Amino acid sequence: MSDWWTYRLGDFLMFSPATYARLVEQYQRDVWPAQLIGLAAGLASLWLARSRHAHALRLQALLLASAFLWVAWAFHWQRYASINWAATYLALAFAVQAALLLSLVLAGRSETPAERKWTLRTGCVLALAGVVAFPLAGLLMGRSWSQIAVFGVSPEPTALTGIGLLLARPGWFGRSWHGALLVIPVLSLVIGAATRLALADS
Amino acid sequence: MKRRTLLNRLPWLVAPGAFALRAQAESQPERAALPALTRVIASSGETIPVVGLGSWITFNVGNDRAARTQCAEVMRAFFGAGGRLIDSSPMYGSSQGVIGDGLQSLAGRPPVFSADKVWTSSAGAPQIETSRQLWRVPQFDLLQVHNLLAWEQQLPLLQAMKADGRLRHVGITTSEGRRHREVEQIMRSQRIDFVQLSYNLLDREAEERLLPLAQERGIAVLVNRPFRQGDLLRPLQRQPLPGWAGEIDCSTWAQVALKFAISHPAVTCAIPATSSIAHVRENLAAARGRMPDAALRKRMAGHVAAL
Repeated sequence: MSDWWTYRLGDFLMFSPATYARLVEQYQRDVWPAQLIGLAAGLASLWLARSRHAHALRLQALLLASAFLWVAWAFHWQRYASINWAATYLALAFAVQAALLLSLVLAGRSETPAERKWTLRTGCVLALAGVVAFPLAGLLMGRSWSQIAVFGVSPEPTALTGIGLLLARPGWFGRSWHGALLVIPVLSLVIGAATRLALADS
Repeated sequence: MKRRTLLNRLPWLVAPGAFALRAQAESQPERAALPALTRVIASSGETIPVVGLGSWITFNVGNDRAARTQCAEVMRAFFGAGGRLIDSSPMYGSSQGVIGDGLQSLAGRPPVFSADKVWTSSAGAPQIETSRQLWRVPQFDLLQVHNLLAWEQQLPLLQAMKADGRLRHVGITTSEGRRHREVEQIMRSQRIDFVQLSYNLLDREAEERLLPLAQERGIAVLVNRPFRQGDLLRPLQRQPLPGWAGEIDCSTWAQVALKFAISHPAVTCAIPATSSIAHVRENLAAARGRMPDAALRKRMAGHVAAL
C-alpha cells in the first residue's frame, strides 16, 4: 500500500459499532458460564504467582496457554473473523502464543525467576487489572456476569494478564524467551485499543 | 420554479450523460410512481438506475441472523424501489455472503447488476470464483480492480474473462481521492468499462480531470462515498434545507447530496451504503424528480462548503 499515510484509523474499521457490540454480546451469551471458569483460572494464576516452586510455575503457564488458545479459537477464529478478516491473523497469533507457552512448559524450561522490584510490581498491577479490574469495571457499569470481559474469554483481559504474569516473572522461561513472549500480547492490546478508538470515533 | 432547473419537459430521458428532469413539481407519491432515472453504460449500451447500493460496513454483519435478515429486507426494498446495481468486495468481510443470502431469499430472480472486485496481489481467479459462489450468481456483471491493487496483473485477467464471455464489464476503483494520476493513466491506456471513485458535495477533485476524461472515453462512473460515509450528512442535518432543495424535489439532505452526485453528466451510478430500509427508499427517491443543472450544482456545492 504505497499511499498508506493517507489512511485514517477509521478507514481500517470494516464493521459498525453496533455489529461489533452484537457479536461480543452473542459470544458471551454462547460461552456462558465460561466467564466463571475464566475468572477462577485468572484468580488461580494470581495465587500461583506467589509461589516459586517449579510445578506452580508450570501450572500457571498451562493456565495462561489454555486461555490464549481458547480466545484464539472461540473468539478470534469462530466469531470475530466473520466480520474482520484480520482476526484470522489474531487467532493465529494467539495460538502461537499458546503453543510457545506449552512447548516451554513441556520442555521443562520454567525456572525460578530472578525478580526485579519494578517488573514484579508492574506485572502484579497489570495481572490484577486483567483478572480483577476488567470484570469489576463491567459489573460496576451494570453488566450482568455473562456480559463482562474476563480473562480466558475476552482478548484484552487475557493479553493484559499475560503481560502482567510475564513481567512478574522476568526469569520465567529464561531471558531469551521472555521478550519474545511479550510481543503477541502487547501487539494484540495495541490493535484492540486502536479498534476501540476507531469504534468510538465512528 | 426557476428555469435553470429544467432541461426539458420529457417525463424521463435515457441517454449517456443526459438528465431526466421533470417539468412540473410532483408530490412525493407521484414521484414515487415514476421510473428511476437511468444512465447508459457506453461500452455495452445497457441502462442502469443512477442510484445503486454499496455494502461497505453496512452489510458486514457476520453470522448475526437478525442483521442478515435486515440486510435482505434492505435489498428487497432496494429492488422494489427500482434499484439494480449492488457493489461489494472480498475486502468487505461477510458482505458478499450476506448479499448472496439476500438474493437467494427474494422471490423470483432479482434484477441485480452485480458489481464486485478483485483484491489481491496474488492469483485473482480463485478469489473471483469464491466471490461468485458467495454471491450465488452465474457470473458478475462488473468486476473491478479494488484500489488498483496489482492492477497490472488483475486487469488482463478481467479482460480475458470478458473476452471469454464470463464477465460483462471491467473496471478499476479508487476512493477518497487517492492515486488519481494513476487512475487517469489507466483510463487513458487501458480498455475499461467502469471507473469507481469518490465524489460528493465536498470532495470534487474528480471534476477536474477524471469525470471529463470518463465522458470523453465513454467510461461509466460509479460514485462511492456520496455521503462521505455519513460524515457529510451529520453536520448538514443540523441545518435547515435551503429553498433550492424544493426546486429539485429534495426533502432531505441525503437526497440533496445524492442528486448533486448523480446529476453530474459523467456519473452513471452512485452507490450509497445503508442498512436502513427507510434510507434505501429515501436514496432511490433521489433518482426521481427534477435534477439540478450546472448552475444550481455550483450553488449547492458553494452553499455546503460555506456551512
